[in-house]
Amino acid sequence: MSNFSKQKLLSPAELCGFIVLALLLFVVLPLSLDDFRLNLVGKYLSYSFVAMGLVLCWGYGGILSLGQGVFFGIGGYCMAMFLKLEASSPENTAIQSTPGIPDFMDWNQLTELPWFWEPFNSLGLSLIAVVLIPGLFAFLIGLAMFKRRVGGVYFAIITQAVAAILTILIVGSQGMTGGINGITDLRTMLGWDIRTDEAKVILYFVCVTFVFLCLLLCQFVLRSKLGRLLVAVRDTEERVRFSGYNVDNFKIFVFTFAAMLSAIGGAMFTLQVGFMSPSFVGIVPSIEMVIFCAVGGRLSLLGAVYGALAVNFAKTTLSEAIPELWLFALGAMFIAVVSIFPNGLMGLYTAYIAPVVNRTLKPVFAAVKQKLPSKQPVSESTTGAE
Amino acid sequence: MSKKDFVLAVEGLTVSFDGFKAVDDFSFYVEEGEIRVIIGPNGAGKTTVLDLICGRTKSTDGSIKFCDKELTKMTEHGIVHAGVGRKFQNPSVYEDLTVFENLELSFPRGRSVFGALGFKRDAEVLKAIQETAEMVFLQDLLGTQATLLSHGQKQWLEIGMLLIQDPSLLMLDEPVAGMSVAERKKTAELLRTITQNRSVIVIEHDMNFVADIADRVTVMHQGKVLSEGSMDHVQTDPKVIEVYLGH
Amino acid sequence: MFDGYTASELMAIFAMQGFAGLILFSVLVLMALGLAIIFGQMGVINMAHGEFMILGAYVTYLTSIFFENYLPGLSSIYFFVAIVLAFIAAASLGAFVEWALIRRLYKRPLDTLLATWGLSLILQQTYRSVFGGREKGVSLPDWMMGSIPVTDIIEIPINGIIVMVLTLIITLAVYFVMQRSQWGAKVRAVVQNRPMAAAVGINTSIVDRMTFALGCGIAGIAGSAFTMIGSTGPTSGQLYIVDTFMVVVFGGAANLMGTIASAFTISQAQTILEFFMSGSIAKVLTLGMVVGILMLRPQGLFVLKIRR
Repeated sequence: MSNFSKQKLLSPAELCGFIVLALLLFVVLPLSLDDFRLNLVGKYLSYSFVAMGLVLCWGYGGILSLGQGVFFGIGGYCMAMFLKLEASSPENTAIQSTPGIPDFMDWNQLTELPWFWEPFNSLGLSLIAVVLIPGLFAFLIGLAMFKRRVGGVYFAIITQAVAAILTILIVGSQGMTGGINGITDLRTMLGWDIRTDEAKVILYFVCVTFVFLCLLLCQFVLRSKLGRLLVAVRDTEERVRFSGYNVDNFKIFVFTFAAMLSAIGGAMFTLQVGFMSPSFVGIVPSIEMVIFCAVGGRLSLLGAVYGALAVNFAKTTLSEAIPELWLFALGAMFIAVVSIFPNGLMGLYTAYIAPVVNRTLKPVFAAVKQKLPSKQPVSESTTGAE
Repeated sequence: MSKKDFVLAVEGLTVSFDGFKAVDDFSFYVEEGEIRVIIGPNGAGKTTVLDLICGRTKSTDGSIKFCDKELTKMTEHGIVHAGVGRKFQNPSVYEDLTVFENLELSFPRGRSVFGALGFKRDAEVLKAIQETAEMVFLQDLLGTQATLLSHGQKQWLEIGMLLIQDPSLLMLDEPVAGMSVAERKKTAELLRTITQNRSVIVIEHDMNFVADIADRVTVMHQGKVLSEGSMDHVQTDPKVIEVYLGH
Repeated sequence: MFDGYTASELMAIFAMQGFAGLILFSVLVLMALGLAIIFGQMGVINMAHGEFMILGAYVTYLTSIFFENYLPGLSSIYFFVAIVLAFIAAASLGAFVEWALIRRLYKRPLDTLLATWGLSLILQQTYRSVFGGREKGVSLPDWMMGSIPVTDIIEIPINGIIVMVLTLIITLAVYFVMQRSQWGAKVRAVVQNRPMAAAVGINTSIVDRMTFALGCGIAGIAGSAFTMIGSTGPTSGQLYIVDTFMVVVFGGAANLMGTIASAFTISQAQTILEFFMSGSIAKVLTLGMVVGILMLRPQGLFVLKIRR
């Protein structure tokens, strides 16, 4: 019975995985890549937040959202609105007919800042908005859908419709949102120029730090009883309901949580790339975000990070070299992750690579153990096995 | 008749699916500590009655009073919190989780979102799980994934998941379906021990099993009560014989 | 928004827009019929449905080129040949896709959704590689051009009438196939109880393949009709897919009458709204309305209350 009482945040194997990823992101990549490539990796990593959210929501909870771009986008827009306002100081925009408002508003004959832009003069409020507005929006969608017992493919299609609606609205109200071009020409944050190489390296490390904070937060959720409940809901929703749980609330929670993670990713994206546009919000980018999660392995948090890196790296490389091939490759990926390797890269790792790693590492560990004088006498069976 | 004496009082219960009345003006009363078996031909509305009591289906008309609470207006989880446990016809357990985790999730604590996030496996939880597992003959399989259990073991696990919640009314839909003779015997014993301090409603087709456990039997036919009383009484009721043996 | 129009002008606007809506309605109905058959009968979400439609459109385009170059004398009837070819092409591709991909994914609707999305990307890129990125227009034979004046301000285009008659015929045919033919009975038997259907000697995998092919074939016909109201590009199909899903979900899958009624509601709402405000806002309102109604009736508007 005692072996059931332990509930560690990370098992030894998971701890190793975290350390390897930390070494890769904090040490290996910064040392081996130039500033431009490192910034690209940072951009890819901002998608890993979305993928982490999908691991919880889709992998564990079985709720497929095809509208994660909505939350990524809102998070990104909240950040971009703050940066844009700072870039549109009256001095910077003196040549406009109305100085002090963003340039695209001036082009669209707006003469004053719309009311919902006002809070974004403050960094604190903007950072709160980055997480809170998408969270609230997801909460409302979740409330409306899950309380009405809309689920499965119906939920997926409706989130897709939400993505379509939001894109049309952003593109349509050019004066207030920057329209199809989005919010561009972002310069400084509290006077700190975010466009320099140096700033980009710092932002990369900020992004990696957030990746790890969010990974640990997700790990905490999955390790808690709530994580097991999500699996239970995916298996047999009725049984959970009739074990006294309000299943709808759990679904709303995990959907909202995933949305907030996506939003953090969106904000990191804006900071590192320097603009935000509706092309990260709509149906196509949203469903592409699902593939990051699926390629990494829909049941693996670390897989989400690797998936986001791998797919985006492939996208950049392929679309630079042979643009026609990218859509074929992406299409093939969608088909492969559902029919050939449903647990993605992490599934392949556990099935083929992990046994080899374990076999090679075992003698090493054993050797280390023998060298270190252990306090407890080595039992017969272990010495016999070696 | 005062309703106080009954744990469960169902009166005039009706549900209609597009005009078809699956349960039609159905009334019955369950006393404290009673084992009540509902029998009847396929499509008589037995499972629908359980669905209505536990809130899975909403009634069109009628009332269900459980310890003076009106269940027809409550949510599914509210009904569970009030003390009604229900086992489904096909054993429904969490296949991807272990026996231990199945029981843990059924332990009645930390049922809100944040309660579940902060839930700790303390001594009380471990003790309850251990005791329940012993009661349903699964103490040696706590670490086993539920999907690897036999059909009969899944049935027991689901009963165990209900027991750990300590409901005052237990509803079992075909608890011995798919079980071997030996397993049936064990289950009958199990039912007798767990009904010491609660009422139980059982739906079952196996007449030997019914005779073995039932205090009283309700026979349903076309959504209505056809006959009610002791096993001997209903077995000799000409209406029941007519329905079961042909027209 | 009605300011500045007289009552008779308003009537005319509603009638004309309503008629324009009817053509959109026809394409949506054909698309949705195919999708509803596939989703309702098989539980498969086919995200590549728009690309099957576009295949039909490209086949129609190729047929028109062929007739222009080799059989100019017969070019007035090319459209009817094109419909048949479009159906055959889309249905064959559908049967192949079912065999190669879909049959491995039954009972996993979310996975099917992702896989067919992947398929749609591959098809789009194939179209782009084969036909180029530019949109292709089809020139209609003379007798299909022009319109019939009804009153002095209301005119009805002939091609619109043809499309609608076509839709009507296809819809009736589908109804008879599904509800009256032996084959339809087999399909419904498989939907209701697959093991039992297999046990009484129905080859369920053939039935699945044919059902999927039929749904895709109808999408191909929708593509033929589509060439009359728009020009065909590699991504034209994608623009319709969300609308079509809304139609199916709104109507309640597995219900042909529901599909038709919801296609009618959505297309009419959209085209009439489009006249008074920008197309994008009309679309937002229509989609928003559908989402709102779905929250009130998650099973769709036209679904019977069933015993679980």
